[in-house]
Amino acid sequence: MKVNVCIGSACHLRGSYSVINALQELVKDNKLEDQVEICAVFCLGHCTQAVSVQIDGGEIESVSPDNVYEFFDMHILQRLNA
Amino acid sequence: MRLFDTNVQQLKYSVLKEVVRLAREDKLEDSYYEIPRTIIPGPKATMRCCIYRERAIVEERVKIARGGDRSNENVVEVIDSACDECPVNRYSVTDTCRGCIAHRCESVCPAGAISFDKNQKAKIDPEKCLECGRCMKVCPYNAITESQRPCVRGCKAKAIVIDENKKAKIDEKKCVSCGACVYQCPFGAIVDKSCVVDIVNLLKESENGKKFKVYAAIAPAIVSQFTYAKIGQIVSGIKKLGFHSVIEVALGADIVASMEAKELAEKEFLTSSCCPAFVKYIEINFPKMVDKISHNVSPMVAIAQLIKKTDKNAKVVFIGPCIAKKAEVKLDKAKDYVDYVLTFEELQAMFDGYDVDVENLPEDVLNNASYYGRIFARSGGVAEAVEHVIGRDGLDFHLKAERCDGLDECKVALLKASRGKLDANFIEGMACEGGCIGGAACLQHGPKNRSDVDKYGKLALEANIDESLRILNCFTDNKGEK
Repeated sequence: MKVNVCIGSACHLRGSYSVINALQELVKDNKLEDQVEICAVFCLGHCTQAVSVQIDGGEIESVSPDNVYEFFDMHILQRLNA
Repeated sequence: MRLFDTNVQQLKYSVLKEVVRLAREDKLEDSYYEIPRTIIPGPKATMRCCIYRERAIVEERVKIARGGDRSNENVVEVIDSACDECPVNRYSVTDTCRGCIAHRCESVCPAGAISFDKNQKAKIDPEKCLECGRCMKVCPYNAITESQRPCVRGCKAKAIVIDENKKAKIDEKKCVSCGACVYQCPFGAIVDKSCVVDIVNLLKESENGKKFKVYAAIAPAIVSQFTYAKIGQIVSGIKKLGFHSVIEVALGADIVASMEAKELAEKEFLTSSCCPAFVKYIEINFPKMVDKISHNVSPMVAIAQLIKKTDKNAKVVFIGPCIAKKAEVKLDKAKDYVDYVLTFEELQAMFDGYDVDVENLPEDVLNNASYYGRIFARSGGVAEAVEHVIGRDGLDFHLKAERCDGLDECKVALLKASRGKLDANFIEGMACEGGCIGGAACLQHGPKNRSDVDKYGKLALEANIDESLRILNCFTDNKGEK
């Protein structure tokens, strides 16, 4: 699974770093390093809904440093377990 | 409000704008020959002897705006017909000469270049004159004047020669493509070649990011430019042109500063490598010092590498104040990463050629880099950033930087360094005076530009380089790739 996290200006200002950092840790904690790749991209084109995150080229989700754990459970874990 | 410092820039811009407009409408091939008439409607000449000459010169400008002479490698070209053949002799005697008896000019001249006519009025033999200026200083009537061609005076690389027809000619072996002559020539006879047409076509082919994405990497000197609008509006404007995203080159500068500090601590002496004209100047004039040039790529290349790492199909256009960057992108170390260079002058032409009303656009955001990356735009910024990294990383190295503002200062430092007489271990070289904010393709050059850069630096979300680069370092843990 490839998770793109936007590090463009708008997302950067709203906490890309915290989101990426949290996702990296969650991946590590859940020992998913071989299955999940977190990548940085410059702009997913949804600047008003920052921080933009996209899984495997799918829909663009809006994630904040506050709801990143929820996002990980809902979108990453569930999808991997499906 | 005046957009440019001079009417020469205005003229260059008008041509570029027309070329962009026609290219955008797919009419360039059919209608480019109409541009001279559009720009010089007549019936009266406003710049030269007649509208026919004015139009003939505009025709040449159109060629250069479309890429210029492809057989000539240099990104800077002379338009022969536009060169006004300014006087070549540096010192000349004016009518103020009284034909005195003292003849101080004669006695002080070391070359025996001064003679007198039957009225005892002085004359300088240009063949003998060494251009020392002593005669001018001693004349009690201030009857001797100095004049130098602006292109010659402006070219610190001494690359302008005068050909047998008294036209300016570029000595390709010496030219560092800094573009000083382009900005200095009062007749606009020296021009930088443009790739606006390629960029217009690239944006078209990208189909608004559907086929591939075009990224604008914008140099931090932007802050002192486009003063009629906010930076956020410029970002919106660039996206309106069809660019997918606008990214600060200053983030590339953060990367460079961090690498440069490490390389410096290891090698103990370096010259900076961000200014392509400075690098070229060393290669031409101090070949023995080439191994002292930092091996780091420039911030432009660093940011482009990063962009292409995140998006393999990305196309990158660097937008900045610099003409030498147009030469840098042709080099092996840059050509795979940066696709095109657009100057600030050309960006303004793009906006107007696309009818983008920047002033009335909403503000977008631009924030990728730290304070230190942003101050690369002014002289002293690179050294300051490197010093910051050395301190933060606790590197065992005491930085002694020689900040060289302009090629003349670079030359002095390099001369000293080549003889082991420079009391410094890092030469920060910037070919343009003031640094990039003094770049030849800036719209305006003003005294406030430097403080503007510092103010803008402080607005960065990230105060220091660790903070701006941590986002990239996240990816070193994952699969060992940055």
